[in-house]
Amino acid sequence: MARVVVDVMLKPEILDPQGQAVASALPRLGVNDVTSVRIGRRIEIEFAGEPDLDRAREIADKLLANPVIEDFTVRVDTTGSDSRESQPAEAPA
Amino acid sequence: MSTRVGVVTFPGSLDDGDAARAVRVAGGDAVGLWHADPDLHGVDAVVLPGGFSYGDYLRGGAIARFAPVMETIAAAAREGLPVLGICNGFQILCEAHILPGALIRNQHMHFRARDQRLRIEAVQPVWTNAFTDSQDVVIPIKHGEGRYVADERTLDELEANGQIVARYVGGNPNGAQRDIAAISNAAGNVVGMMPHPEHAVDALTGPSTDGLGFFTSMLKFLAGAPADQGAS
Repeated sequence: MARVVVDVMLKPEILDPQGQAVASALPRLGVNDVTSVRIGRRIEIEFAGEPDLDRAREIADKLLANPVIEDFTVRVDTTGSDSRESQPAEAPA
Repeated sequence: MSTRVGVVTFPGSLDDGDAARAVRVAGGDAVGLWHADPDLHGVDAVVLPGGFSYGDYLRGGAIARFAPVMETIAAAAREGLPVLGICNGFQILCEAHILPGALIRNQHMHFRARDQRLRIEAVQPVWTNAFTDSQDVVIPIKHGEGRYVADERTLDELEANGQIVARYVGGNPNGAQRDIAAISNAAGNVVGMMPHPEHAVDALTGPSTDGLGFFTSMLKFLAGAPADQGAS
């Protein structure tokens, strides 16, 4: 499967209050050496044929990210969907 | 013939009913427009109401921007159609790049619903001719993502061109840059605002009737009355 991964992040100069809220919760976990948390979004796009980075870039620029406040990167997912599915993050209950 | 004002309903719009009512209270004919129908049905102006169009998925307004009706509205707005975007409608106008900048999560992370004092900073011909310069008004706000941001150059341009229509006074509810509550495009026919003027048109249900001025301004503009003060 031709999967492209798009990562969207707020631009560095844009305040991320969500990330700040997470950062301020970390001391409650006993974590005191984290200076910053910023939260973005990972989007996986599956193409029917070959992964098309140019089309993915266009999709990201027009819809997935707002270029006024966000930056994005696109890359072909080389891990492959099979290996991913064989390693679930959490065992089903 | 009374003026026909379109109010768009997207999936997830909440304030289309109140916006239509505000149009009627101001003396216009409210015409319901549907997100999937690109036809504007001959309306003379459009209101994009508040709510959570398409569930605010991705970003507020990001998907509504591509609704068939928005393609038509974007083209008509460039030709001078009066358009008022309220709250989610403001977000849609920014996402569609009809207005500059963006609206992001409130700085303090809290949803804010309160009666908000604003200062009208720009008395413009289309949407604010009923107000006086620097007039204070009270209009409700209710949003979690209303923090207006833009780069410094854009903000300076907005200031220089008189496109900052209203600012928050008595406390900035969301961390908006330069206390911006409402802006217009350069031509002044498109205004986006986070506060809800449609909720301030009736003393029974609103904190004031100050919101009515946005709707009466537009109707007066379309009726061809001189845009300057005291013309009526």
